Amino acid sequence: MDPTSMYQEIILDHYREKHNSGLREPFEAEVHHVNPTCGDEVSLRVTLEEPGEHVADISYEAQGCSISQASASIMSDLLIGQPVSTAVVRYAEFQQLMEGQGRIVPNEDTLEDAIAFAGVAQFPGRVKCAMLAWVAMRDALIRAGAWTNETTEDAAK
Amino acid sequence: MSNGVAGAAPGSAELRAGFPIFARTINDFPLAYLDSANTSQKPQVVIDALVEFVSNHNANVARAMHTLGVEASAAYEGARAKLARFVGAASAEEIVFTKNASEALNLAANTLGAALKPGDEIVISVMEHHSNIVPWQFVAERTGAKLRWFDITADGRLDLDKARSENLINERTKVVSLAWISNVLGTINPVAEVAAWAHEFGATVVVDGSQGVPHLPTSVSALGADLLAFTGHKMLGPTGIGVLWGRSALLETLPPFLGGGEMIEIVRMEGSTFAPPPPRFEAGTPPIAQAYGLGIAADYLTSIGMGTIAAHEQEITNYLLERLASTEGVVILGPGLGASDRGGAVSFTLDGVHPHDLMQLLDGRGVAVRGGHHCARPLHDRCGIQASTRASSYLYTTRAEVDQFADAVVYARNFFMPKYVTTGRDQPQDQAATLKEGN
Repeated sequence: MDPTSMYQEIILDHYREKHNSGLREPFEAEVHHVNPTCGDEVSLRVTLEEPGEHVADISYEAQGCSISQASASIMSDLLIGQPVSTAVVRYAEFQQLMEGQGRIVPNEDTLEDAIAFAGVAQFPGRVKCAMLAWVAMRDALIRAGAWTNETTEDAAK
Repeated sequence: MSNGVAGAAPGSAELRAGFPIFARTINDFPLAYLDSANTSQKPQVVIDALVEFVSNHNANVARAMHTLGVEASAAYEGARAKLARFVGAASAEEIVFTKNASEALNLAANTLGAALKPGDEIVISVMEHHSNIVPWQFVAERTGAKLRWFDITADGRLDLDKARSENLINERTKVVSLAWISNVLGTINPVAEVAAWAHEFGATVVVDGSQGVPHLPTSVSALGADLLAFTGHKMLGPTGIGVLWGRSALLETLPPFLGGGEMIEIVRMEGSTFAPPPPRFEAGTPPIAQAYGLGIAADYLTSIGMGTIAAHEQEITNYLLERLASTEGVVILGPGLGASDRGGAVSFTLDGVHPHDLMQLLDGRGVAVRGGHHCARPLHDRCGIQASTRASSYLYTTRAEVDQFADAVVYARNFFMPKYVTTGRDQPQDQAATLKEGN
């Protein structure tokens, strides 16, 4: 399979100029995630807006391949300012897209720039790269107490 | 079993015809396999040996007394003798079969570790593979011994001067464990010199030969090692089989590692006594077919000649270094062009392109390399980088594969870093495109 189909222009743009990169204050939770097979790393912070129902800010410091870096950039663009419940739904949507082996047509209205990762789903070795920042974001929201089992159940409705 | 390509020249079409995988295309390109430091490809003679053993001689070893059991034992012990000859061991009893080099190193660390106590020191190097770091960390934690390590010089060689000035090896040193050849930098370490230093203080010398034994003529006495670990799958053999060679006098003093069948002498409910080496270290049913296949691989390598193979690899490596050095944006790790103390693994970084992405674009053009930290994260930290890309050759590697690789590197660089399209003086002659058309 031609890997250039994976490297959409949107991905390369975000890779060359990452949005929301650099750790910011204040924050409610900080997490550090790695992809042990290739060494990609991300430190990610989340801030919640009172009463804790909106993602006020996401910032990160990340090292790694274009897929992992662009994914962090696009995810943060997509979720900053959104309700936590939206983050939960987008996470599920993005994960489904990544696990779809290229058979899922993504919804541009909800995933916006993140639809560029549809091609990555055809390269199983790279799905972890695309998921890294998303998994870190979920973990940070859980640690901040904003993402609970209840939130997941509500979002599923 | 016939060895159809005995005496074929390294890199020749005749030799490559004996490796079925080279008939593969990847993404419509001919396969350019430059990942032999990761695992080697297998010649038909080894594949046939596995099928032949399992089809006609399959039985357990040592315990089965029937005809097939005798044949299987002969095949397994025959492989032990072949491996002993391959590394210049004093006897077959000095060869312990393990499942891989990691298990061999864990065996060494655990059995040598049994005699360690607080205040003792273990010496490794910052360029080790994780399998020669983590087992020693475990042992150090368990025994209270201190883990110390050699640093490297700016050009990726073992920093002996610094080690001497800080008395890295001293009267407290009980074990020195060192890679013969770095799996990242390609550096061939002065193992004999370090071994002599360690022996001045009575320390035991363990050598990780994973990248050495497959590529250079091996003489355990010339290396000066007391224990030598290596793995079958990097030297044309199957996966699931590794070797720990040890001096007889040392092996006899070491306690068992894993407990189980065939490693015992007498078992009573109150306690057991143990078999002499090598069975003492081979608990349970071993990888029999794999050992047999590895013996055939060793025969095959010997038929080509390890000296001939080493000369071919040096030539190919120099060509690869030459092509990379003339590619703008490439920084090569480890000893550079023309270095004689260098093996066939070449790691490098490429400006603006992460190794993971480079690997992916090379794969798109049929070129198999490894991108990442190559199980040597401390070394990458030491070099101030997160990851690198590694191209590694073997006896079957050709200049055409190196060209396909080097052109694909330029292509990938231009894809991610368009500024090189105009500034680069090293644009490929679109050889890869020509190859794709089936020439």
